[in-house]
Formats: sequence, C-alpha cells, structure tokens
Amino acid sequence: MLNVIINGKTVEAEKGATILDVANEHGFKIPTLCHLNLHDMDYCNHPVACRVCMVEVDEGRGPILKPACDTYVSDGMKIETDSIKAITARRTVIELMLSNHPDDCLYCTRSTNCDLQNLAHTMGVRENRFQGKKSALGKDRSSKSIVKDLDKCVLCRRCESICSEVQTVNVYSPVHRGFDTVIGTAFQDSLHDTPCTFCGQCVSVCPTGALTEVSHVDRVWNKINDSETITIVQTAPAVRVAIAEEFGEAPGTISTGKMVAALKRMGFGYVFDTNWGADLTIMEEANEVVERLNKGTLPILTSCCPGWINFIEYQFPKLIDVPSTCKSPHEMQGAITKSYFAKKLNIDPEKIFVVSIMPCVAKKYEASREELSVDGLQDVDAVLTTRELAEMIKEAGINYVGLEEEEYDHPLGESTGAAAIFGATGGVLEAALRTAQGWLTDDKATNIDFKDVRGLEGIKEATIKINDLELKVAAASGLGNARKLLEKIESGENEYHVIEIMACPGGCVAGGGQPYNHGDRTIIEKRMKALYEIDSHKTLRESHKNPDIIKIYDEFLGKPGDHLSHKLLHTHYFNKTDIVK
Amino acid sequence: MKIDSISKLREIYEEKLPLLALRQAEANVGKERVLMVCGSAGCLSASAQELIDQLNEEIKAHNLEDLVSVEITGCFGLCAEGPIIRVFPDDTFYVRVKPEDAKRIVETHLMQGKVIDELLYLNVDTNDRVMRMEDIPFYKKQFKIALRNCGIINPLKIDETLAAQGYLGLAKVLEENDPEKVCQTLIASGLRGRGGGGFPTGLKWDATRKSVADQKYVICNADEGDPGAFMDRSVLEGDPHSVLEAMAICGFAIGANQGFIYIRAEYPLAISRLEIAIGQARELGLLGKNILGTGFDFDIELRYGAGAFVCGEETALMRSIEGKRGEPFNKKVFPSEKGLWGKPTCTNNVETFANINPIILKGAEWFSSIGSEKSKGTKVFALGGKINNVGLVEVPMGTTLREIIYEIGGGIPNGHEFKAAQTGGPSGGVIPASQLDIPVEYDTLISIGSMMGSGGMIVLDDTDCMVDIAKFYLEFTCEESCGKCTPCRIGTTRLHEILEKITTGKGTLEDLEVLENLSNVIKDASLCGLGKTAPNPVLSTLKYYMDEYRAHVVDKKCPAGVCKDLLEVVITDKCIGCTKCARTCPVGCISGNVKEKHVIDQTKCIKCQACIAQCPVQAIVTE
Amino acid sequence: MACKCDNEVCYAELDKFIAEGHYDDPDSLIQVLHHAQHLFGYLPREVQIYVAKKLDIPIAKVYGVVTFYTFFSETPRGENVIQVCLGTGCFVKGAAKVMESFENELKIKQGETTEDMQFTLSAVRCVGACALAPVVMINDKVYTHVDPSSVKRILEKYLISAAS
Repeated sequence: MLNVIINGKTVEAEKGATILDVANEHGFKIPTLCHLNLHDMDYCNHPVACRVCMVEVDEGRGPILKPACDTYVSDGMKIETDSIKAITARRTVIELMLSNHPDDCLYCTRSTNCDLQNLAHTMGVRENRFQGKKSALGKDRSSKSIVKDLDKCVLCRRCESICSEVQTVNVYSPVHRGFDTVIGTAFQDSLHDTPCTFCGQCVSVCPTGALTEVSHVDRVWNKINDSETITIVQTAPAVRVAIAEEFGEAPGTISTGKMVAALKRMGFGYVFDTNWGADLTIMEEANEVVERLNKGTLPILTSCCPGWINFIEYQFPKLIDVPSTCKSPHEMQGAITKSYFAKKLNIDPEKIFVVSIMPCVAKKYEASREELSVDGLQDVDAVLTTRELAEMIKEAGINYVGLEEEEYDHPLGESTGAAAIFGATGGVLEAALRTAQGWLTDDKATNIDFKDVRGLEGIKEATIKINDLELKVAAASGLGNARKLLEKIESGENEYHVIEIMACPGGCVAGGGQPYNHGDRTIIEKRMKALYEIDSHKTLRESHKNPDIIKIYDEFLGKPGDHLSHKLLHTHYFNKTDIVK
Repeated sequence: MKIDSISKLREIYEEKLPLLALRQAEANVGKERVLMVCGSAGCLSASAQELIDQLNEEIKAHNLEDLVSVEITGCFGLCAEGPIIRVFPDDTFYVRVKPEDAKRIVETHLMQGKVIDELLYLNVDTNDRVMRMEDIPFYKKQFKIALRNCGIINPLKIDETLAAQGYLGLAKVLEENDPEKVCQTLIASGLRGRGGGGFPTGLKWDATRKSVADQKYVICNADEGDPGAFMDRSVLEGDPHSVLEAMAICGFAIGANQGFIYIRAEYPLAISRLEIAIGQARELGLLGKNILGTGFDFDIELRYGAGAFVCGEETALMRSIEGKRGEPFNKKVFPSEKGLWGKPTCTNNVETFANINPIILKGAEWFSSIGSEKSKGTKVFALGGKINNVGLVEVPMGTTLREIIYEIGGGIPNGHEFKAAQTGGPSGGVIPASQLDIPVEYDTLISIGSMMGSGGMIVLDDTDCMVDIAKFYLEFTCEESCGKCTPCRIGTTRLHEILEKITTGKGTLEDLEVLENLSNVIKDASLCGLGKTAPNPVLSTLKYYMDEYRAHVVDKKCPAGVCKDLLEVVITDKCIGCTKCARTCPVGCISGNVKEKHVIDQTKCIKCQACIAQCPVQAIVTE
Repeated sequence: MACKCDNEVCYAELDKFIAEGHYDDPDSLIQVLHHAQHLFGYLPREVQIYVAKKLDIPIAKVYGVVTFYTFFSETPRGENVIQVCLGTGCFVKGAAKVMESFENELKIKQGETTEDMQFTLSAVRCVGACALAPVVMINDKVYTHVDPSSVKRILEKYLISAAS
C-alpha cells in the first residue's frame, strides 16, 4: 500500500491505481469527460485528451498539472484536486470546447442530459472569453438510424473506441488534424455509405449531442392525430425495464402497465406487445433449428438483432446462409398486424401505421429494409427508441409515475416468460431451448431454466442435453465477441449448433436507444435482472404454450415454416462487403 | 567482405589512415591535392554539383586525375558563403565558388600553385582576404564534436569513415562487453539530449537497459521539423555512419537489436546518404548479424516521416513508426519501459548520437571538461535570419549569445540593430538584447523563458515585429497540432486568432490578458511537449516586448512597420503632382490636382502600396 | 503530377513493393502510402481502399492517416509543384510576400492547383537552405534569394515550356 495526500488528507492507495481511482474511492470528485471505463465490456476509452481531469500533483519536484485519469499514484504523492491552477485549467478547457460548439443547447436533444453542458454548469462557466472560428461541418442525416453532428463533437473518442475496440466495426477514425480534427468516417462519407451496423453503441457513449438517433417523434404524432390512420404500437421486451429511469425511477424498475397506459393516453389505437412477436419468433426459429438439425445444416445463428445482421452482411459474406431466416420479432409482429389482425378487424392494411418502441437505433434502419415488407407494405412504419417514447410522454404531459397500470390489447398482447428474456444476452437462446426441449421431450422436462447462458459475460457457452441429443450452444453479445465466434465458425474450429448473437454488449437492455447510463454499467445489470424477474413471475414460460400463438397457427398460419409463415415471417440476407466504393 | 573481428577492424583503420593524410592542415605540401567541396543540401541548392562536375572536367582536361581528387564532404557551416571548397594540403578555403570558377582553380591554383585571392573569404571588418579556414572569425570560437567529420571526410566512402575512427567506438564497447559501463560512461560525461529536452542521455539508456523484455528498440529521431533548423540534416548528410555506429552502441548498451531512423521525407539527400551508409555497414558486417564476430546483432531500418512536426515528439514518433496517426500518448509509464509496440525503447536525436563515438573513444572526463557546469559538451546551432554569417555553428555549451551573434555570426547586416534571438523554434522563445551576455545552455535559456530546442537560432533585427513573430509561430503550431487534446487543438487556434486581431489593429487590452492566461493553461494542461511549449513564443514576447504589444493595441501602431493594417501610407511634401499614384490606386483613394501635392484618403486606403512602387520621386512612405 | 503510368501497372508495382518489402502488415501503412503516392502521383480514394484491403486495415483508419500527414495528397497535383519555404529563416526574410506574389500570379491560394493543372502551390517548412533565404523549390530546382518581384520571371519559364 502507498500513502498519498489528497487535498491535505492522507489516504491509502494501491500500487497501480490512478489518481482518479483513489480520489473516487475517498470521495473526492474529479470531473472527467473523455475517460470512460466499462469494465465488464473490456472497454476503456483512455485518450487522456480532453484535459478536464487535470489535478495538481507534487512528487517532490514541485507541483505540476497531471491528468488524474491516467496518472499512477506514487508513495508520498501530494494531490490537489481543487487548487486554483487545476480549477482554472479545467474551466479554461471547457470554455475552449464551448468556443467551438454550437450555442444551441436550448434546441439540442441532449439538453439537460449532456456531459458537456453539465460540466460547464458545475464549473461555473457563465461567459466565454474565447470567440473565433467554429467547425461548420453540418449534420449527417443520411442514415436511417443515426444523426451525426460533428460540430458538437468534443473529440472524446468514445465512439471511435467502442466502434473499433468493442464492436470491431471500425467505422470511425480521427481524420484531419489540428483544429480541423474530427472523428469521421472514411472519406467523410455519410454513415449510410459505411459498414456501420447502426448498433448505436456510439450514440449511447457519446457525451454530447454529436451522435443521436434519427427522430421519428413528429411522424408518429402526426399519424396518431390522423383520423384516417389506425396507429398500432408494440413495445420491445427491454423497454419496460428501462423507461421508468427517464421519469426518475430506480434502474431495473418494471413499468409495463404504466407504459401501456401511457401509450393509450397518447392516443395509439392499439397497444400490442412485441413479446408476443418474440413468442412467434421462437416457434419459427425452434422449428428451423429442428429442421436444420435433421438436415445437418447447423449451426444456426439467431437473427433478431438488426445490428448483428448488418455486421454479418458487411463482414462475413461467406456465412450469409447461417443465420436463421426468421424476421425479428417486431417485424413479424408488424407483418401479422397488417395481415391477420387487419383481416380480423376487416380494415385496409394500408391504413395501419405500425410503430415499434425499441431499445435500439438499428431497428429504425431495419424497418426501412425493403425486403421486410409484405405485398409492398413495410411491416413496420416507424420506430421509436425508449428515449423518444419518454420524450413524447413528457411532451404529452402525462404523469408517468402516477399512472394506473393497464393491459396490452388482444390478440397480439399475450406473451410468455420466454419472450420477456429476449431483451438480455442469452435470452433468445434460452427461449429457443425451452421450446425445442418441450417439443423433443413432449413437455416432460422439469427444468426450463438454462442458467449457463445468462449473465453479462461477452461469450457464454454450454452443452445442453435433451434426450440423447447434446446441443452445443453459445451466446455472444457485442460485435467483437461475435467476430470471435464467427471466425471460429469460419475456420471450422467451432462446432456449435445454436448461437445467439446480440450486437450490444449485454443485449437489448444495453441497446443504443435506451436511457443514457453515463457509463454506469450496474444499470444494465439491474435491467437484466428485472427481465428475469418478469420471466419468473409468469405462469407460462415457454413460447409454444402461449395460447394466442397456438391460436394464430390454428386460425391463420398453419404450421411453423409453412408457406404463409414463410411469406410473412421469414427473410433473406445480402452480401454487402463492397459498401465502401 | 565482412570484417569479422575487432582486431581486423583496427587493422583496417591503420590501413585506411593514409586516406586522410592529405587532409591534415599540417600535412606536407607536395604535388597531390584534394579538393573538398561541400555537398550538403544548402550548397547543392547553390549549384555545388555543377561545380564538382566542372572541376572534374577541368582536372581531366589537364590530365591531373592521378594527382588531384575532388571529394564531396559535409557542411562546412559557413553556408552564407557557399558553395565552399577547401583545398588540401595547402589549406585554402574558397567561398562563393561558381561552376565557372572551376577552370581557374585548376589552372591557377592547382597547376601554378597560386592562390586565387578573389575567391578567398573577405573579412569585412579588416577588408582582408583570409586563406585558412581557422583564421576566419566564424570558426574561431567553434569546437567541433558532432560535426567533427563534416568538411573532412567524404560521407559516401565508408573507408574514409573508418579512417576517421568510425566504428572504433562500437568496437571498444563490444570488446569490453559491459553494457552497464557504457551507460555509466554516458552518465559521467554529462551528455544531455540534443533534441531540445535536455534529458541526460546516460540515464535514458540505463533506464531502458534495466527494463526486462524480449525485444527492445533504438530510435534515432531525425524528424527535424523546427522551421529554420538543419543541424541534424547536416550531420546525416555529412557523417551518416556516426549515427549508425552510435545506434549500434546504444543497442548494445540497452539490449536491443533493432533500430529505426525516423527521418523527414523532406530530406531526400539525407535519406539517400543514409541508405548508402546502411548498405555499406551491412556489407562490412558493421550492422546485421554477429557484428565484428562478437555475436552482437543489430540492424537499422529507415522510416519516413510524412509531414507532421508533432512526430518529432517521442511518443507521436512511435505511433508514426507503427503506421498510425502521429498522435502523442500520455507517458504514464516511460518509453524506457513501454515504447514502440509496447516494448522498451530508447529514442535519441541525431546530434546526440553524433556525440557518442568521441565520448566512448576519448572518455567521459574529456567530454565533461567541455562546456559549462550543467551543460556539457557542445551544441550545434543553425544560425539564421538577420545575421551576416548564416550557417551551422558548433560551440561549447556556455558560450554567450553575444559571442555567437557578433563574433561567430558576424553581427547584423545592413546596419540594423540586433533585436532578439529566437531559439527553440515554435517551442522556444525570444532572447532580447538585454540578455546578450547570458551563457547559452539548457537551464539558463529556460530560466529566461526560451529553451535550447534542437538548435535553431533565428536572429531578428529592428525591422521585425515581435507580435508578428509570435503570430508566425502560432500559425505553425496550429497547423501542426495533432488535434488530440483540447488545449492545443482549440487553444492554439484561439491564441492565433487573438494575435491576428492585435496585428490588424482590432486588439484590446483585455486581449493581452486573455492571451497570457490562455497561454499559461495551454502550457500546463496540454498532453505533449508540442502543446506544452506552443505558447512560449507568445509568453516570451509578452514578457520582453509588452510595449510593442501595447503599441499595437493602444496606439494602433506597429513600431517595426511590419503589420500592414497598422501602417498609414502617406504622401510627403516631396510629391511633384505627377498623378501616377492616383491613376494606379485600385480603390481610387488618392486625390489631388496636377502638379500639386496629392492626398490619400486613409478611410479608403487598403494599404496595397501599389502607389509607392509607382512614385517616381519616392514621395510616398509608410508610417 | 498526375499518374505517370496506367493504373494497372501502378497497382502491379505497388503489389510488388509490398511483397518484396514484406509490407503487408498494418505497421507498414505509411511506407506503403509513400510508395503508392510515388506511383500514382497522389492518393485517390480507390488507392486508399486498395491499400486498406491489402494491409488489412479499416478504411477509416487509412483515411485518418492520409489526412493527418501533409505529405499525402488526395488530389492530383499540377505538372509543376511549387514549394515556397515558410521556415523561420525564410519568413523573416520576406517569404510570406513571396508566397503572396505566387498566389497573385497564379490566382490560386496556397495548397491549391491551377485549373489547367500546370501548377500546384504549396508551402514547405524549411528545406534547410536558410543561408539562401527566401527559398522556393519548383519540382527539383531550387531558387534562392527569391524576391517577390522576381516571381513573374521565374514562372515565365514554366509557362513557356507548358505552351510549347
């Protein structure tokens, strides 16, 4: 142990700890901006570039400023976190950043939720001594998912490191130099023309409004208020365990009923549950597993995650036949809404406007994929992130916390515990295993909890015994982990049967459209725990036991994998390796 | 053919010694002559190659090939007087030699033995022609260690390097086989990094030596980016083997077997000389496997810079060698532990390496006897700007600025007054006339707000505006900032903008305050050396020339008459009313009747000064 | 200088350079880009993509490197490349006015190329000929002690050779 003196107080510190670590441990607050350490994801953004965490350090050679985030403590080190020199440096640095920042906080999506704004406020920046040229690159609105506003970029490089190091997608790099440096794409192409998967992890770590989702808010309000349109909304599994955070509730609060009530207050015609679609997905996917098991064409990769699908299309064209052909749950649900449900109601599907509430920004892009349509009608018409929904609820003046809980509408509202866990890494795999096991054992198995595939770990592997069959399964979350698995599959080193992949580390609970967690990964864990709690409280916990699912096959679809299922619920993929031309 | 043992190398040294025999000033004058012609980039720009060709032609035409040879050599230093020829053994120093002078040099000097007076150096003070290099005032206070072979050997011929004790230093350390001793020798010598920082070289080597790793690296920093400095280039062009040998010695001392020379792509001649030298050294087994049969392996590769000043910063340089953007990283652990590709790395500058061979051969005591108390040895400066003897000088540390400027540099041309010397380039500051008597060494320069830097020394006179000079450097730093950390990326731009405001007459007194405060934060909070030193040109000019700043801000005047927007173009009583100026003026702001004095409307004048050029009687002036 | 050879030959040369120097790894990016620019005259988009694939580096990172170093050019350069030295030695001897004079004569700004692709005007930081300041390099020829008023005369030679 070492002794260091922080602001006059001697504290013990471990060798190899940074000043920031030690200060945090002992309650001295040092502001940071670029620094972001997400231990469970092996992610540490550490450019030591913003210079916000400067503190005055004396190691016997007189005091000098050093970055707290990247300076090891040494024995006898004297640290002043609040000396006038340190404070002046910090404040000046923030002023400098603001001097090259659009002064449009009032209109910015991130206002009141912005790290830069917060810092400026807490450091008492009330005027700016610096004026001069500003970067004027404008916004990149080309993609269907992410708006890039480089003028708001503070070059913290979080996006670059999460994209390169965690996701291994490598869309971003610092480009140019000096004042003109920005975190850009190759040739400054718009994101649309890069191999960006739209996973949205860059959005979730961006401290400012430089990276945000493409907003569908106005479109949705307009449709809600259009008397000619029937708006049907569906909510993804991971939204219900996160949205309450936007209203000041503790992370992990389950607010399904309030969310449904709010959606009804907002004026949606019908409120359905994507969990229903998730149960349907399991029917189709489990069927595919069994079919491919018989044909000997395993492994199979799950296909619920649009970021992941983009990834394989851009980076692993040789494996394009491996993912399940199942559409993702909300797309299935959209297709069923515009067919089965439209027929039931006897309305023209063209009048139906399907809105998905998703924890995800890639879903916005996915909804626009041409092939995800039936007879010329897109399965889903608009996608709102969890954040956007919260924004609309606030805008509508709804007192979310005080709402009475309400139920989803039928017949696309009932779901099982298997669907609930779709929102966590390993959940889709577990749900599929439950149903596959049910089918193969005639529902005789007593244990339906496959705990080996649960948890935040990046890659989880298990061997599942069903009758005489030994299924080797794996779940990966985060595209870097996905790459590791795919490389093993490509090289033939790996003999898994079923593999689940989610683009976001942790799964949809950590999706790019979820409330900002500001680097607190314990929030993700709490959301995940909440999903398993929902599962454990359900009487029905296997998708094939969902009565409404059984009913739709009876009434409408026939058997999983049948002709109509194929038309409505399955899709195909493309080789997009030459995206950058 | 490889030299496979240390004793063999020593034999070869003895064998080759006669090669240089003629080049001793005290050698007997016989019939043989050797003409050493400066073949550095500076003199080559001034037609030195044509001169060499002409000399060879004339020699051939007069059948003197057996008696006379022409050798190119490294920089003599007196670049202002280039191209230079030094004739041995009769030690005649010809300056400003043109290709057409070749004929008379051969016919008059070589054949008739007559010195050509007009080609000798002219001492303007005494109006005497000076024949011998040693007698030229420029050389009198110089002491050459790093440049010891420049002007003596032909850098393209490794035999001449060997004759000049090249690689004997390496032989010595390999023979003694004691890496720690090498580091101790360097520590005892007091040699400090010549790239600017002044860190003790021996300590750096020793720290890297102590790091345990499967692989270590030696880097030679030849990314001489300081605009107005060409010391390293001259060493590499004039004596490349001295750097290669020193890198091998360093490799042996720290336990590395791979070296990299990171060199600016803007130095094609230095690159080609290095490539040739590396090839020669490999061929003789002085680089590569089992050097001199001792079992020590060491090889060197070249890596080219690509136009980024920041890559002269140690950590940025490493990133660049790794093929990445040259962005510095925080030295949480020193490169002696984790450097290039995460391996222990020792980086030294060219001039530092050029000092190694003499230190090894002559000993630490010899070296530490030269220079001042805290700065040992010599320092090479590239003397430029408003000074008579623009060129390369090597002086013992502690030489005063006055000696350098007036005795070596020959003072300020055109009757102007010395105003300041700028050292350390964009990282340094100005030294005002009041400090002319300070000894030039690491610590004194820092104490007065400048720094040694790599050795650029630009002399400024009373026609230079200090605000404009600060702006020049800040513009450079803005362009060269890597853009990684906030203070440097945005801060230097803001400094430059404020300076721009001041030089265009829009500055306020508050701006001066902001300038100083911001400079201090950039200095304290930037990530790397480039950022930390970027405000020095501002801070040091503010310190010594506040009056000049205030004149710009308060009186809206530029005392040196440099800042265009602060000048007034006025027509004096000399005006004869010829109307030429009025007809030339692009904005029509000059009025007046024929044969009467004209007047300029200052509110419209754009200060293009086109009228001044047109006036037949010099009646229009700026003030 | 525009591409000196047809593209196929250039790519083959580049392949050869990479293979012979064992440059097919990310560490060698800068060396390879230097050579590619030597072959193609500049680094157009497709060359950057080619190098990225060859060295297995994300294209964004290659672009990041190309835009970082001023030596690399993304646009073709003119037949004659004019480099005005703006090192300190030249600056204090009036290099800025020399640059201005070139800008006026050629009607382009520093860093630009004339429309007819005859001249590219650029600044260089010290060529090390400070004794001869101000210095201008046109292609490989060094002009010393350049006066703003002599710029027109210097350019004339190149204009004549371009016309003929």
